[in-house]
Amino acid sequence: MRESKLWFWHILSAIVILVLLGMHMGTMHLGAILSLIGIGSSDPVKSAEVFRRSQQLIYMVTYILLLGAALFHGLYGLRSMLLELSLSKGLEKAVGRVCAGAGVLLFIYGSYVAVMLVRMPEVRP
Amino acid sequence: MQNRLKNDLGFRGWLSGGRYGLDRYAYTLHRLTGLGILAYFIMHIFVTGARLGGPRQWDRTMALLAQPIFKVGEFLVFLAFAFHAINGIRLVLVELGYMLGKPGLPAYPYSYSTMRQKPLLVAAMVIAAALMIIGGADFYFVLR
Repeated sequence: MRESKLWFWHILSAIVILVLLGMHMGTMHLGAILSLIGIGSSDPVKSAEVFRRSQQLIYMVTYILLLGAALFHGLYGLRSMLLELSLSKGLEKAVGRVCAGAGVLLFIYGSYVAVMLVRMPEVRP
Repeated sequence: MQNRLKNDLGFRGWLSGGRYGLDRYAYTLHRLTGLGILAYFIMHIFVTGARLGGPRQWDRTMALLAQPIFKVGEFLVFLAFAFHAINGIRLVLVELGYMLGKPGLPAYPYSYSTMRQKPLLVAAMVIAAALMIIGGADFYFVLR
């Protein structure tokens, strides 16, 4: 894939992350403040809350979308930094392949977890 | 070795933004926070995988991560996220050509794009700082 296309996807994934991770961070790390005005949960990592969210299809879809966007954005950023070290052509290819391989493996594992949680019988802690 | 330039600034040379100023600090911090967030994110994928073990496994994992050292680490990740996200919005806007003004002839007094987008940079830093303060209040001061 041409570098300009990869750069375009890097910017696009940043926008996807901004929306989805913004919501995630709001839920997880501003929960106590938001719960004071009646939005969100004051303890979002409590197992009842976690399994209630994880077993909904909409959460599964957004988790997988965020996982893919964040992995691409992060690993492409890491690759860009490494390529600035004036590596040989062979090493540049190797860095690209390692980043892509790691991204694919992490995406498969993360998606597997998200899908299996939805397929599990309803969990009531 | 003799051709190598002498580093007159010494250790300060690593930390100083030099004539690039605030933009250079933002650039370095964006990279550092990006690497930190990526490292955390990869660990986060495996930590959240503990949900597959059911509520008991999840509670055990959360009990382990409730230790102060992990709480401080989590807060640092939040600070990194706040900076990286808000500075990232600025970078996307600049990348798309917004807030840079119209190009013109190089006539004195010179006006250049990095100077013209400085108010955006300052605004982004103020918003990031505000987000960090609100996040800090949520982490440490609001009763859970």
